[in-house]
Amino acid sequence: MIELSNVTKNYGNKTALKGISLFVKRGEILGLLGPNGAGKSTTMRIITGYMPPTSGNVRVAGYDIVKQAVTAKRFIGYLPENPPLYKDMTVKDFITFSAELKGFKGKEKTSRVEKVMEEVGVGDVKNRLISHISRGYRQRVGLAQALVGDPEVLILDEPTVGLDPHQINEIRQLIKNLAGRRTVILSSHILPEVSSLCHRVAIINKGKLIAEDTTENLSNALMGHQEINIQVKGPKEEVLLCLQNIPGVESVCSDSSGEDTSVFRVTAEKDKDIREKLFFTMAAKGYAILEMKSSKMSLEEIFLELVTEEDAVSSASKEDDK
Amino acid sequence: MMAAIYSIFKKELKGYIQSPLAYAVIAVIMALAGYFFSVALFTSRIAEMTSLFMNLAVILIFAAPVLTMRLIAGEEQDGTMEFLLTYPVTIPQMVLGKYLASLTLFGAIIVLTFIFPGILLSLSSPDKGVILTSYLGFLLLTATYLAIGIMCSSFTSSQIIASVSGFGILLLFWIVGWLSGNISGPLGQFAKALSISEHYGDFLRGVIDTTHIIYFLSIIIVSLLISMLGVAKRAWS
Repeated sequence: MIELSNVTKNYGNKTALKGISLFVKRGEILGLLGPNGAGKSTTMRIITGYMPPTSGNVRVAGYDIVKQAVTAKRFIGYLPENPPLYKDMTVKDFITFSAELKGFKGKEKTSRVEKVMEEVGVGDVKNRLISHISRGYRQRVGLAQALVGDPEVLILDEPTVGLDPHQINEIRQLIKNLAGRRTVILSSHILPEVSSLCHRVAIINKGKLIAEDTTENLSNALMGHQEINIQVKGPKEEVLLCLQNIPGVESVCSDSSGEDTSVFRVTAEKDKDIREKLFFTMAAKGYAILEMKSSKMSLEEIFLELVTEEDAVSSASKEDDK
Repeated sequence: MMAAIYSIFKKELKGYIQSPLAYAVIAVIMALAGYFFSVALFTSRIAEMTSLFMNLAVILIFAAPVLTMRLIAGEEQDGTMEFLLTYPVTIPQMVLGKYLASLTLFGAIIVLTFIFPGILLSLSSPDKGVILTSYLGFLLLTATYLAIGIMCSSFTSSQIIASVSGFGILLLFWIVGWLSGNISGPLGQFAKALSISEHYGDFLRGVIDTTHIIYFLSIIIVSLLISMLGVAKRAWS
């Protein structure tokens, strides 16, 4: 649905994007992550046709965003980082204007505007000037404007920034409801938000795409092995021995121990799920497993790991250049 | 195609109708026009409007850029250009919609000035032909001013700079004809050919010359094209 091939962008002699290729399937929600100034907004601005790439090309719904701009833009709903709103218009007028520009006419236009105002919850301020409504409402009006064309592709730059927790929840729910029907790219600084909403994440750092996969796969790839935390009731030394003898287990270390329970951290080979075996081994010996949890890296950890790794590599190569 | 132009046109026109600035500018134009009209009438006691049309042309040098400065620079200032340019609207549609809105507003001002020939017609019998050609000239002049105003608005994201540069360019176009009195030869001729006041003057004398019409239309077209390039260039850099 969205296809970037080798997109670069220079501002003067500053390079903002260094060859980004990305493919987003129909119905998929992709999270775009990266430190500030990494090129997330630039990427989104290029996808939406606000500015052309310096080289490379972007196709949305099969249409080139530069050469077939008007057709391609019909498929896109875009919420920029700072929602661009005409402050001297009323909420309803603004959304109506957006609907007109998206090509709606007459009754269809009116019903579309009503529907989208209800969807994002701005009905109670519809006759007020945009300059008079709060930040949270403006964000929603921005979202309404993005949704009004019933677009197949939604590009949302920090959609929940500036909202209160209740509103954040609502907007997330809204985005979740859109999934399946629409293709969404969203950027966010709130990593739990990305991991709860997105099917896949793409991490950009310094204008380069450094990772692109599901959170789970990224976690597995980065960890290199699986890790299980287990709390067992039984004599510590014997349990430890038992655990070490399970095939596939690489190492066991005991974390803490209470009177007759101990906590162990078991690391095992990446591709083998040892949890079942672990359960039966303990059961056969009569040691009760009180708790078992396989620990995965959170998106935060993945993000930090990748971004710092990348920084280390690039600074090392800079050293080499000298 | 037309639908997008019409939507933008409607939005801008509504913006004018709801803005106090437009009313203030219209009030100033009408007050000054009324003053010039009555002074000319009472001092000369001749039923003609030549001096009023000359004075109106000078007043609009200041008024036109004030009402066009917002059209593109304002979008840039408020960040709404990002909105427009990611919608299925082309830059020419956007510029034309805005231009037509400003032209409609000034069309309304022109209609308001019909009160002056109305007064003359009720008091005596002025030369109707001259008044009609003057109005044609005045319409072309206004359309030219507005096109130059939009062009200045497309260069900058500051409305103040847009209007000040608008005054500058219009004033220069107005006074460049004076050079021809002081300089002879091709340079003087060129200055005369470029001057708005020279081309406008013939309409006020009752002359319709296609050269003048072509002159005004070409400035309009060139200014609008440059405006479109201005928007494209800033979005694309």
